[in-house]
Amino acid sequence: MPTAAKTRTAKSEAAVRVRRVQAADIPQVIGLDTRVTKLAKAAYWNDIFRRYGRRRLNERFFLVAEGGETRAERRVLGFIIGEVRAWEFGSTPCGWVFALSVEPDERLQNVGDALFEAISREFKKAGVSKMRTMVARDDRLPMLFFRSEGMMAGPYIQLEKDLE
Amino acid sequence: MRLQISSRLAIFAALELAAREGSQLSVAEIGEKYGVSSHHLAKVMHVMGRAGLVRSVRGAGGGYQFSGNPRRTTLLDIAQLFEELSSVESDAAHDATPEDAALRQVLNEIDDIARATLGSITIATMRKLVDRRANGREPVKPGPRKSLRT
Repeated sequence: MPTAAKTRTAKSEAAVRVRRVQAADIPQVIGLDTRVTKLAKAAYWNDIFRRYGRRRLNERFFLVAEGGETRAERRVLGFIIGEVRAWEFGSTPCGWVFALSVEPDERLQNVGDALFEAISREFKKAGVSKMRTMVARDDRLPMLFFRSEGMMAGPYIQLEKDLE
Repeated sequence: MRLQISSRLAIFAALELAAREGSQLSVAEIGEKYGVSSHHLAKVMHVMGRAGLVRSVRGAGGGYQFSGNPRRTTLLDIAQLFEELSSVESDAAHDATPEDAALRQVLNEIDDIARATLGSITIATMRKLVDRRANGREPVKPGPRKSLRT
């Protein structure tokens, strides 16, 4: 790895902290999601914060990765959200990740790894031994990321139908 | 699903080369590990070279290096260099009956899933899977041993 890239990686890894979301983070979460998806959905994220950032925190995990050394430099680099769900589709309790996003210019700097590892630890602490997610087949980057974390196809097949 | 021998060889070669960043392996060294002829492997490497996935290093101790991005190059990227993996297009001329059309729809669903799976596994991810199996953290399911010798 070139020296400059190595230095940047080491700096990024050292600077990334993963913690639970706070109300003050939500505008940054909305901004990040808008930049990535090109769709602004502030009402959705405020609702997600109320449900996953404040309630049933023993089984719901809304985590952010924060970078920057000083208070002024601190900013949200990415987030991951998941919860323990039980008995849906006949499944025993397991952890579900339903949102993950990383700032495009911070990708390949292990921010996603840090978020994934943090929520994995939370799921384990909550008593589950399996985690799941769902990714669109053609959504290349998230698919490559979750695969790189060791996720494999599970025992379920998602089915759907156009309602006429 | 089965991949053609050339696709499998190309994936194995990419795995070997990507595991040795900055150094190179000869066709003979890769061929020896997988029990395949250097002649066939050389053809495979030529195709991969044209696709920019490997580069040849000349001179004493020469061979091939992996020149793609292991975290972005997928098994589908490699296999598609050697075989057609796309679904059959909807074609009324080929769907002579509603039964033909319905069967094609089901078979295309299988192809789509297979393609999505191959397209979701990078060389870097495959290396992790290989290492997990080598370290005994993943049980190896017994199956018929197939020779790749050509």
